Amino acid sequence: MDQAVGSAGSTPLVAMHAIVKTFGDLVANDCVDLDIREGETHALLGENGAGKSTLVKILYGLLQPTSGRILWRGAPVSLPDPKAARRLGIGMVFQHFSLFDAMTVAENIALALDDARAVNDVADRVVEVSRSYGLPLEPGREVWTLSVGERQRIEIVRCLMQNPRLLVLDEPTSVLTPQETGVLFETLGRIRAEGRSILYISHKLEEVRTLCERATILRHGKVIAACDPRTQTAAALARMMVGADVGAARKAAGALDGPVRLAVRGLSLPAPDDHGVALREVRLEVRAGEILGVAGVAGNGQGELFNALSGETPAPDAAAVVMDGVEVGRAGPNARRALGGAFVPEERLGHGTAPGMTLTDNAILTGHATHGLVRRGFIDRAAAQAFVDRIVAAFDVRKGARDPAARTLSGGNLQKFVVGREMLGDPGVLVVAQPTWGVDAGAAQIIRQALVDRALAGGAVVVISQDLDELFEIADRICVMFNGALSAPAPADGLSREAVGLLMGGHGESNARETQPCAS
Amino acid sequence: MTLLEAILLTVITASTPLVIAAIGELVVERAGVVNLGVEGMMIMGAACGFAAAIMTGSTFIGVLAGVGAGVAMSLIFALLALGLAANQIASGLALTIFGLGLSGLVGASFIGAKREAMPKLDVPVLTDLPFVGPVVFGQDPFVYISVLLVVSVWWFLTRTRAGLVLRACGENHTSAHALGYRVLRIRLFAVMFGGGCAGLAGAYLSLAYTPFWSPGMTAGRGWIALAIVVFASWLPWRLLMGAYLFGGITILQLHAQGMGVRIPSQLLSALPYLVTIVALVVISRRRSGWNAAPGALGKPFSRDY
Amino acid sequence: MRLVIARRQDVPGWLKLVSPLYAIALTLLSGAAMFAALGVSPTTGLYTYFVSPLTDAWALQEVAVKATPLVLIAVGLSLCYLSDNWNIGAEGQLVIGAVFGAAVAVATHGAPNGPWVLPAMIVAGMVGGALFAMIPAILKTRFQANEILTSLMLVYVAELLLDWLVRGPWRDPHGFNFPQTVMFEPEAQMTRLMDVGRLNISAPLALLVVAVAAILLARTLKGFEIRVVGEAPRAARFAGWDPRTLTWTVFAISGALAGLAGVVEASGTLGQLQPNISPGYGFTAIIVAFLGRLNPIGCLAAAIFLAVTFIGGENAQIALRLPLDVTRVFQGMLLFYILACDAVIAFRFTIVRGDASGATA
Repeated sequence: MDQAVGSAGSTPLVAMHAIVKTFGDLVANDCVDLDIREGETHALLGENGAGKSTLVKILYGLLQPTSGRILWRGAPVSLPDPKAARRLGIGMVFQHFSLFDAMTVAENIALALDDARAVNDVADRVVEVSRSYGLPLEPGREVWTLSVGERQRIEIVRCLMQNPRLLVLDEPTSVLTPQETGVLFETLGRIRAEGRSILYISHKLEEVRTLCERATILRHGKVIAACDPRTQTAAALARMMVGADVGAARKAAGALDGPVRLAVRGLSLPAPDDHGVALREVRLEVRAGEILGVAGVAGNGQGELFNALSGETPAPDAAAVVMDGVEVGRAGPNARRALGGAFVPEERLGHGTAPGMTLTDNAILTGHATHGLVRRGFIDRAAAQAFVDRIVAAFDVRKGARDPAARTLSGGNLQKFVVGREMLGDPGVLVVAQPTWGVDAGAAQIIRQALVDRALAGGAVVVISQDLDELFEIADRICVMFNGALSAPAPADGLSREAVGLLMGGHGESNARETQPCAS
Repeated sequence: MTLLEAILLTVITASTPLVIAAIGELVVERAGVVNLGVEGMMIMGAACGFAAAIMTGSTFIGVLAGVGAGVAMSLIFALLALGLAANQIASGLALTIFGLGLSGLVGASFIGAKREAMPKLDVPVLTDLPFVGPVVFGQDPFVYISVLLVVSVWWFLTRTRAGLVLRACGENHTSAHALGYRVLRIRLFAVMFGGGCAGLAGAYLSLAYTPFWSPGMTAGRGWIALAIVVFASWLPWRLLMGAYLFGGITILQLHAQGMGVRIPSQLLSALPYLVTIVALVVISRRRSGWNAAPGALGKPFSRDY
Repeated sequence: MRLVIARRQDVPGWLKLVSPLYAIALTLLSGAAMFAALGVSPTTGLYTYFVSPLTDAWALQEVAVKATPLVLIAVGLSLCYLSDNWNIGAEGQLVIGAVFGAAVAVATHGAPNGPWVLPAMIVAGMVGGALFAMIPAILKTRFQANEILTSLMLVYVAELLLDWLVRGPWRDPHGFNFPQTVMFEPEAQMTRLMDVGRLNISAPLALLVVAVAAILLARTLKGFEIRVVGEAPRAARFAGWDPRTLTWTVFAISGALAGLAGVVEASGTLGQLQPNISPGYGFTAIIVAFLGRLNPIGCLAAAIFLAVTFIGGENAQIALRLPLDVTRVFQGMLLFYILACDAVIAFRFTIVRGDASGATA
């Protein structure tokens, strides 16, 4: 493919040529070219599953390409392991942080430094480097006591301590509040001013447009285009990324005067374990026809709230959770399902489904309570299969075999299956967590539309999500979870992202408290 | 020699195999692997160590053979649990069953053979000191080796970079891999160290403690060593304490039986096992925070292919 | 040309069936090597171990007698292992079952009794085994104490209790000081099925247990629950099931079945209690459970195979003067190979022609 933007001049810092990577039958990277110049901020754009992560893992020496070659300042190099990449000057900030929770900040950083220095020396350097970049860190703290933003700081500082020429950041803002994102961008500006190159991986188009000079766009493992994102509209970038126009979910502004279908009244629960978050006096009401959005940075009690709503963690007081006027605080998941509740957990594999079991088995997993799949303790397999067929037809689930194991489905298809399983019974109360996390744009749109339609049909829907764009697209009212407490919901229209961001960081004026999450 | 001295001496000798086997397993578990085959590796160490010592007449070669047998056994485990990412619990059980059987074959022709126990240290003047002498300066070499092992493991885990990397693999193998560490290779070394220690503990039993070979002579000590690791919350110093506590109970019940306490001897013999259960309960109940089991303990690791 | 190894997303069913056969074949090969090393002709050795037990009616009966406790225990252990509960103390639960059952027999000895004695013994044995198995289960759910270690420690405790009973309070006063109880009355012994041999009603009882367990696992919601708890515990909680209750249930069932095996040994095979009533059935059953792929019908086949090695081992001890430990070596090797084969079938090996390897264009 042609070098779209001014390929003349100096040799690129790094050039990846005709990279192919296959996993069995799956082609993750199909003849991908990517070059990054000295001092530039380069975006790698693409949907979930487009092959971005595979490509940067190859660049960081974590995966070996099936074929293709990598040039560093014009000279071919081999990157058998991350150490080799680090020696060249490549640093990597992972999306799912590569940190060790039980170890201190200094130990975590020492582990990523290849020169064998004593942990104490590292600690001194950490303070120095982190201060000079405006990323304060206490070297003696254990990682599990830190917030998500602070954890990301560790990753960035430990890259910077190796004085890298190229810093790779994989979806760095997906877990940050808008304010934390602003701080990150300032840091990146400082790093760029030092003449370092940045490879910025994202599917957030506005970020890329403000931050990057060049972009390479991947779709289905192939390079679709290379362009200057500053000269493109977000819609044009989205079209290149997805290959089609992406519509927003249709939504009529519903009048919020229906009956209350789900109410939580002063629910407090102790933390389930040492790494969990206690719920504090959570109150919410969701009316028929309404979608309530729950925003918040990961790890502020969203998982605990979901479990409390689904009945996996019953409340001490029956009146704490009320569904359609019935007090269900002490009831388990199946009693709540029998009353018209349905739940879609954040974790598809392992929580929403049993990964190694077939779709039919996974349909029985929650369908046994409501869809008449069990008679006198005996499972009716034919009924379960028919149930699967209806889910597959209604939600366009693409599967290879007749009845494959859940883990063999792609993220989007499995999520459609789970959402379909829960929605086929037309639930009156629907609680979903991260409904489109790691899902391709097409599936995400189907799922969001289904949630909107459920509300329009009179259901009460709670969407717990870290994706503010998603919440602003579909929610009628939005509240924020911080440190186990829930802010008062506000109508989504007229609510600013900045206000939500402040609440996400614990700086709101409402009932969110000024305490650090998981303080030791 | 006073009775107290005698008791203390026997407590030390009874605790030593537990210390050695447990410190090996502690390193294995800090690397994120559970090897339930300690009993099997230990008894192979006992059988091979004794057989080699009889055949060559050299205690030293016997000890080497015991360590070698333990390492060889641990390699079978490593092949299954690390190489093929098989279930670690089942692989460890298989190792124990296999070891109990194979040690019977190896030792069959040595039943009844006798040799001198390993000589105890005898430093002029020092060993003759009252009380301190025999307890501190009059032990067999294994006792000193066991304490040295605990100190070195503590130093290795907390003070060296290699120890830091090993703990990192046990804490979160995905992150360790992402940083470029060879998780499986590091775990292999840990498992081999654990095997060597178990073999050494076995050799101690048949060369210094009893000193003869009888089938099944480990009598569950490998399992107690596993319990001690949990009891110690994976910390070397507490492990030393735990092992001496268990050794102490074993000896006390023997003395109680010898003194004709009017309690069935079987109840006294069951005491170490019952105490192990109680200790597990107490420790597991108190256990909290991250100061507990390594994060990736028992979870198989395999790379993307 | 190079070898490409890829993890399978989905292991085909036929491979899962064939894999234990591979394991057996590899065990036989290694066994041949071991016999050669021991100075025995491999063909003679293998024949003695694996064929001779099937050649006459008496030996066949003995195979059934040995397979019965193995399959009873293994079925219970399968339920435990499927649900990620690692009960490895079945040997102790067997002993306690035998003790509880024998308590009935000893108490009614010489007194007027009737046909209710044997059923009472069976019930007592199952209750005893279940209660004993509940100890590690409750310690696990209540205190998070590792059930592997606690259940195993209890084996030693159970064996010492049995030892005390047969040397102390229950010793046969007319037994010449041998550590054993009285011979049970005929009413307290399992009814024999043939005039000659020790085959008794416990064998059909075991078949019934296999059938019930097979239906439970394959057809019922409870069986489904057991599988989900082991496969994905969070998904099980999401489905509305309490893993703690299930832990108690499977430990109780497996303890009861091990206890039943204990009664079978005491009342059917021996007719009395002795210090050693089991040649390690509780541990061998772990291998049976894995060889049988944690499936009751698979366990039946696997139990018969391992029973053959027990009889073969006894034959070899007499005919070839080989120590009984050879049997355990076989059993340990078999478990290794099962685990290895099961792990290997999770990967697909393909040979790719031509194609250059590594990062060259």
